[in-house]
Amino acid sequence: MLPSPWAANFAASAGPCLWKQQSRPDFLRKAASRCAAGKAAGLALLINAAGNRAKVMSMFPAIASPSRDGSRVPFELFTRADVFSREQEMIFRGPVWNYVALEAELPEPCDFKTSFVGDTPIVVSRAEDGSLHAFVNRCAHRGATVQRQACGNARQHRCVYHQWAYNARGELVGVPYRRGVPGMGGYAADFDPKAHGLARLRVASHKGVIFASFSPDTAPLKDYLDEPLIAALDRLFSRPVKVLGHMRQRVRGNWKLYSENTRDPYHAALLHGFHATFGLYRTNQKRKGGSDRARAHSTGVTFGDDWRQASQSGNIGQDKFVTNYSLADPSLLEGRPDFNDGVTVSITSIFPCLVVQQIMNTLATRHIRPKAADEFELYWTYFGYQDDDERMTACRLKQANLVGPAGLISMEDSEAIELIQRAIVRDGREDSFLEFGGLHADLDQDRQGEATIRAFWRYYAGLMGLT
Amino acid sequence: MTDTTSQAYDAIRALEYRYARLLDEDRLEEWPKLFVERGVYKVIPRENLARQPALPIFFCDSRAMMVDRVKSLREANVYNLHYSRHVVSNIEVLSARDDTFEVAACYTVYQTDLEGQTRLFSVGQYRDVISNGAGEFRFREKIAVCDTFNIPNLLAIPL
Repeated sequence: MLPSPWAANFAASAGPCLWKQQSRPDFLRKAASRCAAGKAAGLALLINAAGNRAKVMSMFPAIASPSRDGSRVPFELFTRADVFSREQEMIFRGPVWNYVALEAELPEPCDFKTSFVGDTPIVVSRAEDGSLHAFVNRCAHRGATVQRQACGNARQHRCVYHQWAYNARGELVGVPYRRGVPGMGGYAADFDPKAHGLARLRVASHKGVIFASFSPDTAPLKDYLDEPLIAALDRLFSRPVKVLGHMRQRVRGNWKLYSENTRDPYHAALLHGFHATFGLYRTNQKRKGGSDRARAHSTGVTFGDDWRQASQSGNIGQDKFVTNYSLADPSLLEGRPDFNDGVTVSITSIFPCLVVQQIMNTLATRHIRPKAADEFELYWTYFGYQDDDERMTACRLKQANLVGPAGLISMEDSEAIELIQRAIVRDGREDSFLEFGGLHADLDQDRQGEATIRAFWRYYAGLMGLT
Repeated sequence: MTDTTSQAYDAIRALEYRYARLLDEDRLEEWPKLFVERGVYKVIPRENLARQPALPIFFCDSRAMMVDRVKSLREANVYNLHYSRHVVSNIEVLSARDDTFEVAACYTVYQTDLEGQTRLFSVGQYRDVISNGAGEFRFREKIAVCDTFNIPNLLAIPL
């Protein structure tokens, strides 16, 4: 949290920008003109040691916007603490559905799992009657963390500090010494436990994928996801799933760099060299994809190749990877298709924090958990199907080599993100450049370019009030 | 210690130290040779132990698979540039039978970046099965259970 004297800067205040235009380099002047209209820097009031109030130049000038078409993104959107705080309010607590867990992680009544909405800790819980609930994991009494376990089964969630107890719906059901005891006052007669429950979130589930929302304005989940995304979830969750485990990685980068990464087919064959190195990259692959009406989400599949190693193709830009190697132990890739559609890779990104993947026989949700402007956790929930036989489970466990923090085809992503975060510590009004595929490419046709990333930024800017 | 002779214990300790040193000296190609042909190497996040079989994040069940992993690290993968330092301690033989030893040990891996800054990368436990084949001690199984199951950035070099 920011110190309170600066908090006023989050609001779009109309104070004048006191930076001297003539003393600033060109790129700053350009950026300043972009943010000048109605969003000039606020003034911070600081109190000095003598108690005198002094107007000082704001440490937090107004936030620069991505360009209208989403092709230019100011680096400060990845670095500023006040941008991060604003995202918590406008995005993660805004009119969105945040992925929080899979129903398969809490199958029984009173099962629970701790999770996050943005950086807010929550508990996802199944009540006695099977209904799903989510509430902020912070005691209504003094603010302590209530549920300390990652997951489990509990009829009551009890705060250790003063033993306030909540049921599986987050309602306050127990307050010690409420009526008082000799020498201790208790609460007034009009104390209403209903007014002191844990802060509850809306919950919706589609095919066992649980989402939560702080906002009463969020559209119904099916409208929010929209048709192509629902189809993508329906495909992967067509059968009851079984959670096999989790993988976590802590990335020193901004969470949106990962959102970009999973909407970026351009990098796939250029950054990730495993397939080409081992002759697994084919020319007969095709891609197709879709998006929702609002262009917040993205789903894409690769199909048209089979499971076995074949002769390599010398794709442009991949020359550095093309070799004569083949796998000494090809058992890594021995699986059998889960679907009859020939799709080997399916990546679905649901704004703001979920990626669902199928890569060969690996199935996982990836929950992007932002921690600070320059840090996020990537939390993988790796699953199979309940009707998997032992061989299939063994195959999924072996193919886990492909993905996650040590993934043969995924470990590069977090490194690329850290390389960006390290280099953008200054020059926040400089932009990243997103024109690959052409600015006029239609989103539904352009599955190789950066159109999907540009769409992400347009949607983001709208929610953040940065248009 | 069980009835392990001090000679066997010395050989086990030497294998554990050699394992650490080869990785730290970037002699990755020699790493698979410390395992038997059908040797198993796994990195398992501690939180996954509750479910069996536990989900690994790195899993080889043959020496050939380890060779593939090394080849991929050398030729294909992009990862953080660093030096690693594996520290192995608390080596304890839990059981010994027919020249096969169950061994527990603690590991600590530090990473030092190219500006000379070191951070703790991973700490955890090795759960090893080591066999003595004609005087040659090798891993039949090496499982690194990570206490640090929230991997900083990524895991490239074996723990």
